[in-house]
Amino acid sequence: MRHLSDKALTRLRAGEKFPDLSGTRYQLIGQIARGGMGVVYAAEDETLQRRVALKVLEVPGAEGELASRLMREARVLARLEHPGIVPVHDVGTLADGRVFYTMKFVEGQRLDEYLDTVESIPDKLRIFLRVCDPVAFAHARGVLHRDIKPANIMVGSFGEVLVMDWGLAKIVAPTGGIPQVADATLYESAQPVSAENDETQVSVTTGHGTVLGTPGYMSPEQARGEVESLDGRSDIFTLGALLRFMLIERSPRGSVPRLDKSLEAICAKASAEQPVFRYATVQDLALDVSRYLDGLAVVAHRESIFEKAMRLYRRYRFFILLIATYLLMRLILLLVLKR
Amino acid sequence: MNKVLLGLLLGALLGAIDGGTAWFTPSVRAQLAGIIVGSTIKGLIAGMAAGFFARKVNSVPLGILFGLGVGALLAFIVAYMQHGYYLEIILPGSIVGMIVGYATQRYGMTPAPTR
Repeated sequence: MRHLSDKALTRLRAGEKFPDLSGTRYQLIGQIARGGMGVVYAAEDETLQRRVALKVLEVPGAEGELASRLMREARVLARLEHPGIVPVHDVGTLADGRVFYTMKFVEGQRLDEYLDTVESIPDKLRIFLRVCDPVAFAHARGVLHRDIKPANIMVGSFGEVLVMDWGLAKIVAPTGGIPQVADATLYESAQPVSAENDETQVSVTTGHGTVLGTPGYMSPEQARGEVESLDGRSDIFTLGALLRFMLIERSPRGSVPRLDKSLEAICAKASAEQPVFRYATVQDLALDVSRYLDGLAVVAHRESIFEKAMRLYRRYRFFILLIATYLLMRLILLLVLKR
Repeated sequence: MNKVLLGLLLGALLGAIDGGTAWFTPSVRAQLAGIIVGSTIKGLIAGMAAGFFARKVNSVPLGILFGLGVGALLAFIVAYMQHGYYLEIILPGSIVGMIVGYATQRYGMTPAPTR
């Protein structure tokens, strides 16, 4: 009898973990990422002859809570047709009963990796605005993301920004720009997601419901499991934390830039402890960031006369320098030529 | 405000101010009114040219260069007609042209293309 080598056994064990895609039109290429709920693989759609990302549950069975959660995620994504949200192509069940869905294969970098190549604050803010866009769109469609973080944002090879992983998304009713929880029980009966697959994601059961999200990014009310009180401002808190991360914590060459007061105030207002003190909508947050980029006063910060003068100077610097040059030249002519 | 109108207004304003500084030169103070009028017309022409240029070419450096060139040329013509004061006329005239060239590139609206 011939024995298999350890290497062959390891390879067989690894192969066993890969999903069996027989009976589907997809050919497995390799694993891309692993999340709290499932694993994302690269696959080839043999019918359309294109590469797709295939997300499949790790746990077999199409009846469990995780399976329904994955299906719900696919449905949430399907109703959010936006350039900043990865489109779903297909859903189905594998031969072993595992639920899967396929989506656009995004080639690019995670935001936290991409930021290593971005130095200027205005460039970072422009990327942030492109993150706000799909989140605002989702809120308008009554969907909260609930897990916005750098690892869930991809920057494509053409600079396109995509908000990924809507696995914790919550369907709410859009009211007056602030999505309010309409079906608080939607996910709350879900089994806590194991943290072992994603170190950054936690899941703790509280008296109110299941806490799902990422520490450091989720809002205080989300962390307390107050599902009933969650609205769009919970995502706004998360966006504020993301903005701070982009501007301060993720700086090339390890330098920690000093934010000016307006930017600091925008971060602080977005991530205020009490939802009532935050921006009312993602659009309001994005508008304030745009104002900053345009050299205008921001809503989050009441500036002093000196700060206003400095802002106007920065905005019209070249024009002011030209006028100053003219006046200086006039003065020199007057003093030197004296005729 | 469109770029041509902005160029005209700014050129006229800066031209008038530039002409007004002749008051500090006692030898030409008597002709101050004529200088202001001439300088204003010079600013108007430079501003209009810079405004039209900004409508066609969208480039701040080129706008500044164009303004500098037009301002210098017009100022040279004025100085040539005056038979003197080349430095006092050409230098400020050129800078005024630069300012107008920059302003028309950065500010003012370009009219939407018509079918």
